[in-house]
Amino acid sequence: MVRVIESYRLGMTRRRLLWRARRQGRRLRPFADRTAAIRPGDILLAVVQRNEMPRLPYFLDWYRRLGVAHVLAVDNGSDDGSRDWLADQPDVSVWTTPDSYRAARFGMDWLTHLLGRHGHDHWVVTADPDEFLVYPFHDSRPLAALTGWLDAAQARSYPAMLLDMYPRGAVDESRYRPGDDPFETACWFDAANYTIRPNPVHGNLWIQGGPRARAMFADRPGLAPSLNKIPLVRWRRGYVYTSSTHMLLPRGLNRVWDRLGGERPAGCLMHAKFLSPMAAKVAEEMERGEHFAGGQEYRAYAEALAGGGGFWTPWSTRFAGWRQLERLGLMSRGGWA
Amino acid sequence: MTIGVILLVHADLGRAARVARIWAAQGCAVAVHVDARVPRGAFDGVRAMLAGESRIGFTRRFACEWGTWGIVAATQAAAQTLLADPAVRHVYLASGSCLPLRPAAELAAHLADHPDTDFIESVTAADVGWTVAGLNEERFTLRFPFAWRRRRWLFDRTVELQRRLRLCRRPPEGIAPHLGAQWWCLTRRTLDAILTDPRRAEFDRYFRQVWIPDESYFQTLARRHARRIESRSLTLARFDSSGRPHLFHDDHAALLRQSNCFVARKIWPGAERLYAEFPAPASRPGPPDPDRIDRLFARAEAERQRGRPGLYNQARFPRKDAENGKTAAPYAVLQGVADLFPEIGPWLARATGFTVHGRLFHPGRVEFANGDAAAPGGLSDSAALRDHDRRAFLTNLVWAARDQRQVFMARPGETADLTWFMATDPNARILIVPGAWILALSRAPRPFAELRSRAVALQKAEDAQLAILTSPHARARVRAWPLAEALDAPEGLLAGLLGEVAALPPGPMAPPPRLADVSGLPDLLRRLRDSGLRPPVSADALRAFSEAAARVPARAAR
Repeated sequence: MVRVIESYRLGMTRRRLLWRARRQGRRLRPFADRTAAIRPGDILLAVVQRNEMPRLPYFLDWYRRLGVAHVLAVDNGSDDGSRDWLADQPDVSVWTTPDSYRAARFGMDWLTHLLGRHGHDHWVVTADPDEFLVYPFHDSRPLAALTGWLDAAQARSYPAMLLDMYPRGAVDESRYRPGDDPFETACWFDAANYTIRPNPVHGNLWIQGGPRARAMFADRPGLAPSLNKIPLVRWRRGYVYTSSTHMLLPRGLNRVWDRLGGERPAGCLMHAKFLSPMAAKVAEEMERGEHFAGGQEYRAYAEALAGGGGFWTPWSTRFAGWRQLERLGLMSRGGWA
Repeated sequence: MTIGVILLVHADLGRAARVARIWAAQGCAVAVHVDARVPRGAFDGVRAMLAGESRIGFTRRFACEWGTWGIVAATQAAAQTLLADPAVRHVYLASGSCLPLRPAAELAAHLADHPDTDFIESVTAADVGWTVAGLNEERFTLRFPFAWRRRRWLFDRTVELQRRLRLCRRPPEGIAPHLGAQWWCLTRRTLDAILTDPRRAEFDRYFRQVWIPDESYFQTLARRHARRIESRSLTLARFDSSGRPHLFHDDHAALLRQSNCFVARKIWPGAERLYAEFPAPASRPGPPDPDRIDRLFARAEAERQRGRPGLYNQARFPRKDAENGKTAAPYAVLQGVADLFPEIGPWLARATGFTVHGRLFHPGRVEFANGDAAAPGGLSDSAALRDHDRRAFLTNLVWAARDQRQVFMARPGETADLTWFMATDPNARILIVPGAWILALSRAPRPFAELRSRAVALQKAEDAQLAILTSPHARARVRAWPLAEALDAPEGLLAGLLGEVAALPPGPMAPPPRLADVSGLPDLLRRLRDSGLRPPVSADALRAFSEAAARVPARAAR
């Protein structure tokens, strides 16, 4: 009985979010609409960005190399030329909005709307401009190989935990130039510093930890950012991300982990957040106050940056490819060999 | 002599055409069967693509619904076409997603060496569970009017109904059902005998109702006609535990070459490098040897089913007692030893090479070895972070340092929440000197009332812990070392410790570490006793220990 009520409640939540998305999405202005070029079976990338010009070239190239055929981009009031740059790309469709990122559930309302219209029955990656999807064999097998295999296994979603990458010294020490590989400098990560607990209502795993918990939330670990993500979904109209890309409804999409000891397939989202110009970005975002939980995370960054310290410890691990991530147990091939 | 190749095609027609050309270019006669469900336009396209090829022909099209008779009918028709050419001595059954790995000349040489051998996997259905995740014997005894892929519900219900009514068909007289992979290579003689068998109509009628007949029709009838059967396929094709074929990708190139197999299936349609590199111009001679590929798939399968012991991640979060390994490697917990030997950590680390931490679960701070602020995996020494998920702290540390044995100290009650977890973990080695905490208490400059209530609390915590560790459910290796014995012969405890924790054989030891100062202990014991408690050890037991403790500085002075 409890389960019935619970699933009814989640159904209501899902419908409410879809309704919000429709309302918010109607206010998006098409700026460069190339969606007619999307063919059945294409893999799509959905992204919301604001003033990310330095990161975008490498970001787009990363996903193009994995075989993403079309990008759905929402530009949230950029003034650094990134909107026009995106609109010049032949495989990108751009929508613009001056509305509040925060009022649009941190962009999720916009994307839900766009995915409902253009993503139905496509495999879709939803990522921020600083999130880079890696999965077993990503250097030799394009995404279509993975999604084809997931289709055959009748899987609808694929998890990829956020892996915070950081440089050896202070974050603002080395200069990041557009087009650079961010993981040339931010090449360190925590190998086994993560806590996991199941979320009984939504059926996902809640993962915290890593360098941010260690360096910024040591005295209040419960508030450390969530690292669980499900960025790759065979989208259907009616699906909705409930909180960033951490979890979805219907909740069956969150059941991507094994409870009986086996390993299901999973990748990682390498997170290139901790790169220069970090200080400027943090200052700007604190000013705007458009981020989660009143931007407390940005406040913590500001404190940590003011200290001049980095995330590096002698027990940090230097990135050496997906085989290393798999060996360390951060990702699993889940029977894909 | 010519090899005839049947190419069954239902998707990726462009790829299939390319494969047909690869076979034809090496002198094989190719009969292409395109699934009747492929639209006319696409079929005409591929036919136009291959129009100029004299060695490639197209055969009558049947609808090849997975698991149904159409595939066998298509194979029969294509085989008949190929056998019309008297030069064809062997017929190889392949598909559009197969790829020849070795030159056809090497295959021809192999077949010429075995002119009378039929290469077809053929396993008796009655004795061997050949199938994965599906029906085995019932394939032959039930009827299957509905396609599993499209009408799964009806398929399952009809199977259920027939089971309940105990309906059972008998195979035709003289037929012993055999199963095997679909991809075979038969001699002209055997194939001809199957196709021209006077009872063929009867057999066909029976197999029309068998489930997945392409894995049993030729496999069964070859047993009736063949002179010599080598019961394995020349095609490398592997399936995962749910019966889906493994696909080969570009990164398998080296393994495929090394496997020495003639043909591989299935190739992922986008595997450009494989299509470019194979068939390899010249390979090493010899029979197929797919051992390494099999091991790769077996390892992946084991990981999917059982996972890596002691790993907790986004893909694997086993519920309690389904962990298949609560932790990744053996580790040891020492309780009370550090009360007798305050400097046991460095001594034990030197003697064993292990990482010996202090009290990892100290309420104030995580005492990593050498006073480090961080530990393997990036764990922090913050007690708050550790307490956010204490079990994860332990499993993370053991996982991250799984090739380096971890040892840590504990006080009664400090790990109370983890006692069941460790007690049921066969990787845990727990050595306890019950009551040794009294030594630390005797050195604490605190009022007696406080010491007394502390002693009560510690005793209770330790009793509760011991009750769990000695319960019949415990699977950890637990050793309780009586305090009186430890006090009487401290070096015995050290030897026992090395044996328990490091499994070192008894032998000469490094000079033992300094013994704890016990000068305040007799007084504390007496006062606890007189205040109505029962201390963990009597004052008499102390004599030997204090004498030894007194001896050590003397030796150091010498």
